[in-house]
Amino acid sequence: MFKTNINFIGNRNIALIFSAVLSIIAIGSLAIRGLEMGIDFTGGTLIEVGYQQAADLTELRSTLAAEGFGEATVQNFGTTKDVLIRLRSDEKVSSVDLSAKVLDAINKTTKEPAIIHRVEFVGPQVGDDLAEDGFLALLYSTIGILIYVAWRFEWKFSVGAIIATFHDVIVTLGFFSVLGLEFDLTVLAAILALIGYSLNDTIVVYDRIRENFRQLRNTSTEEIMNSAVNVTLSRTIITSLTVFLALVSLFFLGGQVIHNFSIALLFGVVFGTYSSIFIASPAVLLLGISAEDLMIPVKEGAELMDDRP
Amino acid sequence: MQNSFPLWKNILVLIVFVVGIIYALPNLYGDDPSVQVSSTRPAKLAQEQANQIESAIKAAGFTAKAFEFTDGLVLARLNSADDQLKVADLLRDQMGDDYNVALNLAPTTPAWLRSLGAEAMYLGLDLRGGVHFLLEVDMDAAVKQAEERYNDDVRLALRSGKIRYQSVSKDSGFIKVKLSSADDKAAVLTLLDKDFRTLDVTEPNEQDQIWLKLSEKEVRDIKKFAVAQNMTTLRNRVNELGVAEPVIQQQGENRIVIQLPGVQDTTRAKEILGTTATLEYRLVDVEHDVQRAVEGHVPVGSRLYYERNGKPILLDRRVIVTGDQIVDASSGVDQDGRPSVNISLNGIGASKMGKLTQANVGKPMAVVFIEYKVETKSVNGQKVRHKQKVEKVINVATIQGVFSNRFQTTGLDSPQEARNLSLLLRAGALAAPVDIVEERTVGPSLGQDNINKGMLSFVVGFVLVALFMMVYYRLCGVIANIALIFNVVIILAVLSMLQATLTLPGIAGIILTVGMSVDANVLIFERIKEELRNGNTPQSAIYIGFEKAFATILDSNITTLLVAVMLFSFGTGSVKGFAVTLIIGILSSMFTAITGTRMIMNWVYGNRRVEKLSI
Repeated sequence: MFKTNINFIGNRNIALIFSAVLSIIAIGSLAIRGLEMGIDFTGGTLIEVGYQQAADLTELRSTLAAEGFGEATVQNFGTTKDVLIRLRSDEKVSSVDLSAKVLDAINKTTKEPAIIHRVEFVGPQVGDDLAEDGFLALLYSTIGILIYVAWRFEWKFSVGAIIATFHDVIVTLGFFSVLGLEFDLTVLAAILALIGYSLNDTIVVYDRIRENFRQLRNTSTEEIMNSAVNVTLSRTIITSLTVFLALVSLFFLGGQVIHNFSIALLFGVVFGTYSSIFIASPAVLLLGISAEDLMIPVKEGAELMDDRP
Repeated sequence: MQNSFPLWKNILVLIVFVVGIIYALPNLYGDDPSVQVSSTRPAKLAQEQANQIESAIKAAGFTAKAFEFTDGLVLARLNSADDQLKVADLLRDQMGDDYNVALNLAPTTPAWLRSLGAEAMYLGLDLRGGVHFLLEVDMDAAVKQAEERYNDDVRLALRSGKIRYQSVSKDSGFIKVKLSSADDKAAVLTLLDKDFRTLDVTEPNEQDQIWLKLSEKEVRDIKKFAVAQNMTTLRNRVNELGVAEPVIQQQGENRIVIQLPGVQDTTRAKEILGTTATLEYRLVDVEHDVQRAVEGHVPVGSRLYYERNGKPILLDRRVIVTGDQIVDASSGVDQDGRPSVNISLNGIGASKMGKLTQANVGKPMAVVFIEYKVETKSVNGQKVRHKQKVEKVINVATIQGVFSNRFQTTGLDSPQEARNLSLLLRAGALAAPVDIVEERTVGPSLGQDNINKGMLSFVVGFVLVALFMMVYYRLCGVIANIALIFNVVIILAVLSMLQATLTLPGIAGIILTVGMSVDANVLIFERIKEELRNGNTPQSAIYIGFEKAFATILDSNITTLLVAVMLFSFGTGSVKGFAVTLIIGILSSMFTAITGTRMIMNWVYGNRRVEKLSI
């Protein structure tokens, strides 16, 4: 519906400085505060119980302390009737029987017996493996993207795509670190889905840049990029909006278990959109892309113009 | 003549749509809480027994929706989960040990759909409730056990080969054979070459010694066998627990996943799955002084054990029978009313036991209860797994007469322990100890809650996206929405055909796909608008819009697909479920958004003069 002509590329320094500051904050927070790793990665025990009435957390805490589980964290989960008890595996002897012992302990003092919603025990060796697998997935995805984009486009594009994608990942991780949100397996999945999404967005813009390079000779690289970003702008925003709408529904109605998953994606989609508009193209420009890089006659784009009916 | 599909293409798309609907349909039917009864014996249940079960349920005043009897399996569909639990308890009490009573959620898919092979997706544990265990097989222990076995076998072979030796012992990874005379070396080597090809032979400088080591291939085989054997044993144990539709799978080299839908009593499940409890029968060494052994002078050929009350006892080093020679075991009480386990041995065990009891009437024999316990402790910040082999003498009795294949063992703490022990002996011993390294239990109420929340957020998310598309793109938006419905149908159909497991993250993946899959249509529509702005006629704008958007859609989706595949290969459990829905969603959205939308666009706008597009 709208046709814009905003000078994104000309004003790239504003966006680059903004992103640099965000990234530094994110990396700084990740380095200093780190991530609040969930038991999926650290190993430990997690018990979610429900009560008919609002649970008395203070009482639960003192009960657990008296029974020798002083380092357990106790908090509400979703509603005041639901309680989440967490025990890190490196705090105490962690055996499989731990959850049963904890349940016995809290049922001793509370008036009504707790209804068990879920119990999760992750051994430390499994946690390490999950973290390693997550890292490998990240690594191989990156390599795969580098190769595919370099093959379909050019290596400068693949580096640009990786920069834009990593920007989103780092900022999202930084967001989790600053707010102290728990990073569990579902969030890892969300981060990987975010990579896919952010990349998808970036490729659409790149695709247009490639097409423009082949069609518009005698135009400066900067203008070509600006036109590509502007032409795809409405699509970029509309798609982000539909994804955002779906995620909003998931965030508000999907329940506590995938709350952090939705947060990671909601936040990531905003930055994924931002980066494909403001970062992805300037990055390629800074790497020194020129029309010659894409002049190899390939089938798509240019040829379509000729066989048009 | 522009923008029309040939007839075959229209028909093809419609066929895909219809097939999609048929295979997605079973998911709309719910399931019945049911009780499933099967036989624990090799013989299947007969019609007569099925009738008996049916009348037992009716006699107790429960009404069942339906009774089904197929392939030796009785399935009683009940009206509520409450009835289900009560009926299961009732049947367990009434039918006894020979029947396996399990809770089940039986799908209500109509017969005509089932005859087409259409079945509902399998719900993950986070949606239906149940326990997930990840067990790690202790490979080192398996190898160690094998070394011990070889040690004994070599000693036995030397003895029966009449070769004199000073000692055969395990030392720093080797089985070291010390001969009485270096002259026998050649004979030993021949013997080893004949019977122990799986051992690597080293000849050290000491002339009277031969060192043996398990060959690499043998170690690999032992490990492989340990996992395979453990899987079999665990499967038997799970069957004994009475769980419908359990999942037992190997994961990686040394881990085993066990999923028990509907199981809530995790303590018992853990006890049964995790324990490496077994029995050993040994003669009591009555010739030596126990007190001196406690002080550290254990006589050669004997080992020091402790009874339950802490009293030390000397037992013969050689084992008469081990747990793996036990073919059947059942719990009961002896004549004094104490809990007992009745044991049947296989041929080898029986003949050994027979020979031994014959030669030792009047002498005491001990029953050793062996259990591996694992605890993870934190030592100086390092996580250390501490494994303990707990061996207790549970019973010492004088051999009254000769017996071989059937006998009784007492000395157990409680009937519960007798029952568990007999179950474990029946299911077979684990070839190597296992640790539970991960456990996830989801209560049934949370499962249902997750389904409801997942469904609600899906519907709301879908409606929001569809409304937006309709408002923004008008008629074209409606067309895209039809394609979106088509897309969801195909995703559900493919997931059902693959019999994939639907998890909560899987539902999240579908919702995310709904948001992302309109992207292809957005790309196409924006391209069409652009062409219209460039002064193209509506017909050619549609044509060029689809053509040009195609390459973009392909490139952008393939990169996303790449990431989703990585997520699938490295993810575990529910993350895998998320990745699967994402992959299927990307592929099917490419089909529906490109071909499906195009088909409807062609129906609406094709083959006629169009002044203006509603876009």
